[in-house]
Amino acid sequence: MHFRHILSALGRHRIAVGLLVLEIAFSCAVVCNALFLIGDRLERMQRPSGVDEAHVVELFIGSVTPGSADAVMAQTRTDLAALQAIPGVASASVINQTLFGNSLSSSGVSLSDAAKAPSIPVTQYMGDARLAGTLGLKLAAGQWFKPDEFVTREQLISGSPGLPVIITKAVAEHLFPGQPAVGKTIYAFGANRVVGVLDRLVQPRDSGPAAYYGYAMMFPVNLPYTEGAYVIRVKDASQREAVIQGALRALKASGPMRLITPKYAFTLESQRDKYYRNDRAMAWLLVGVCLLLLVVTAVGIVGLTSFWVAQRRRQIGIRRAIGATRGDILRYFQAENFLIATLGIVLGMVLTYGINLLLMRHYELGRLPGYYLPLGALVLWVLGQLAVLGPALRAAAVPPVVATRSV
Amino acid sequence: MFGYYLDLAWRSLRRTPVLTALMVIAIGLGIGASMTMLTVLHVMTDDPLPGRSAHLYTPRIDPLPLAYKQGDDSPDPADNLTWPDAMALLKAHRATRQAAMAGGSLMVRPARAGLQPFNANGRYATADFFAMFGVPFEQGQGWSAADDEARAHVVVLGSALARKLFGDAGGLGRTVRLEDNDYRVVGIAGDWAPKPMFYADATGSQYSDDDQFFLPLSVAVDLDLSVNGNNSGWGRDEANSKTNASTSWLQFWMQLDTPAQVAAYRQFLVDYSAQQKALGRFERPPTNARLYSLMGWLAHENLVPNDVRLQLWLALGFLLVCMVNIVALLLAKFLRRSGEISVRRALGAQRRDIFLQLGVESAVIGVAGGVLGLAIAQLGLWSVRQRPDDYAQLAQMDVPMLLGTFVLAIVASVLAGLLPALRVCRVAPALQLKAL
Repeated sequence: MHFRHILSALGRHRIAVGLLVLEIAFSCAVVCNALFLIGDRLERMQRPSGVDEAHVVELFIGSVTPGSADAVMAQTRTDLAALQAIPGVASASVINQTLFGNSLSSSGVSLSDAAKAPSIPVTQYMGDARLAGTLGLKLAAGQWFKPDEFVTREQLISGSPGLPVIITKAVAEHLFPGQPAVGKTIYAFGANRVVGVLDRLVQPRDSGPAAYYGYAMMFPVNLPYTEGAYVIRVKDASQREAVIQGALRALKASGPMRLITPKYAFTLESQRDKYYRNDRAMAWLLVGVCLLLLVVTAVGIVGLTSFWVAQRRRQIGIRRAIGATRGDILRYFQAENFLIATLGIVLGMVLTYGINLLLMRHYELGRLPGYYLPLGALVLWVLGQLAVLGPALRAAAVPPVVATRSV
Repeated sequence: MFGYYLDLAWRSLRRTPVLTALMVIAIGLGIGASMTMLTVLHVMTDDPLPGRSAHLYTPRIDPLPLAYKQGDDSPDPADNLTWPDAMALLKAHRATRQAAMAGGSLMVRPARAGLQPFNANGRYATADFFAMFGVPFEQGQGWSAADDEARAHVVVLGSALARKLFGDAGGLGRTVRLEDNDYRVVGIAGDWAPKPMFYADATGSQYSDDDQFFLPLSVAVDLDLSVNGNNSGWGRDEANSKTNASTSWLQFWMQLDTPAQVAAYRQFLVDYSAQQKALGRFERPPTNARLYSLMGWLAHENLVPNDVRLQLWLALGFLLVCMVNIVALLLAKFLRRSGEISVRRALGAQRRDIFLQLGVESAVIGVAGGVLGLAIAQLGLWSVRQRPDDYAQLAQMDVPMLLGTFVLAIVASVLAGLLPALRVCRVAPALQLKAL
């Protein structure tokens, strides 16, 4: 290809070429960073929670007439029995906080009881003996709590000594890198002996740096329903709605008047959906902006190339008259576009990097991985070639006879 | 001349309908996206209480121990006041009006048959709250300082809650049961819901919440009613009760009418902190004490989420690309008319005239783009209102933003036309005419 000719021709349109290069550079920079942001959101949305989400539903019940602690606990046992009896229910438990819920309770966990010992924030789940099964949690090491290890809420508040704890692998690896955690002691509610290590369980919601998301622990506590929510495991995911309806009916029938409404009964999947709604909206928004940006850029390329083709009709005619084929003309404009796009992409890479640095400083975002750059370049090259095709074909169709006419 | 230029612009644009449409669409998209996000930002940072906000102030005193370490993500306990501090400021009476307050959620137990108990959000406050913030009343009025003192079981209901409980008749003088106590309704507030709810604790959803009832703060403390928001304690041995000196949970607002009053109050806060430090209660420097104006406080709280800022930058970046695009297209369009322009120049038009003519043409594109942008922005705002965020419902354009759309569209398109017009003005008429 005659790149030298193309360059000298472009030199006569420095302003227009400069604008096109700028436009491609800006698009490249925004598209690369937007793709990165989309990837970041998608990755966030796909983080596993460690819970078998497809089979879990939850109900929040508000007590209207508070009774004594014993009465509420008795009511809780009655409720649980009623829930267990619903067809399609595998197990039912009380949990202090739910995944993707509004509340989050956490404690500083350290390896000694000294006041200044370094600690990490770990969220605490509490529940009865069925809870692990209800949530479908998996043990990586150690064992579940023994039936005699469960305490009541009152015992917990009064400072029940030596409560055993199950921690997640993430906590174990942070506190005891390279060693088995089972049998060790951590300091959360006083001294707690680690009896098991969970494969994975996450915080109810993001709080603090991303690394904290997997920091969770479980304590064996029989809670009254007023201190949390009922979680139910269904045998078959398709029965979730039916089980929710059945559970609402069963709870209404099994006790005094309470706040039992479908408004506070959810499948865990719908809660996850709700939790990530903003991330999803942001990802779609970014996709939309990227597409629009590419369309606008393509419009710019089409517009300017059309102008050039119109301006050079005579030159094209002359070239055709002295032996250039249609293919030559077509390739000329394609090569010209490739050159401009390449210039734009090179400038765009620098801009991309700059924007990424800005984003890293102002938002919690990592460095843009290198592979986004060739991806962005490819997108813009292809876009440029597609956009230039129409005007270039029109140029190729210019008949040689044009050369003989004075315009 | 302007009319003639308009006519020329119209003819010129009609000659290249596709190119014109592309330019209008490009500027419309850019303006629409930018105005959507600018409007969202505008409503989020708008003055929640126009007319009164200039005289409203909130203090910040720092009662935290020296050793207290603030978590990365946890709210600052010193953003709120402890009970002893709030009461000291209240009793000092240094401002024209002052009130301490906190948010709470209580279960309403309707007496009306067929109405289930439900939870309602409200505010515990001292008597000046209503006069200071200018809360309008449909019926009755707020309670008095004497009611505060007497811990009187009185309540002011929001109009929506009053209607729900008592129908359209209003419930003035009737009784409402909240949790386990009865309260006499002394007033029914009219529509009053400042957005953001600047006087509430910073950790709540300040754009979507509103207060459905108001109770005397003394009653809430007396009955130990539940409190929403950031309720932080740093004491070791004290029980975590509402009245202890190392639990912060109260917000405090005051009305200061003159700059002299503001300066005096600022000094008073420092003096108070110094006095508390001398007593051994405070450990940190008294100069940590601050007095924020209402808008200053909102800036300090930084309520606009990162995502919204990011989206605004994205929209502005998009507008920039659209503008570069329009510069390129206008350049092509204007250069194509070099011949016509050369004829005008040869007939005596000055560069200034040509420049003006092309400027008018750019502005016409800008107006058209502005109309399209306005439509797109309305669509954008509609989609924002479908979002789950708590500010979503506020996303509406007001008159200044409406005018702003056109100003931005015209400024952007005239700016975009500047370079091409300058370039075309430089065309030498003789050369062009020879080629014709």
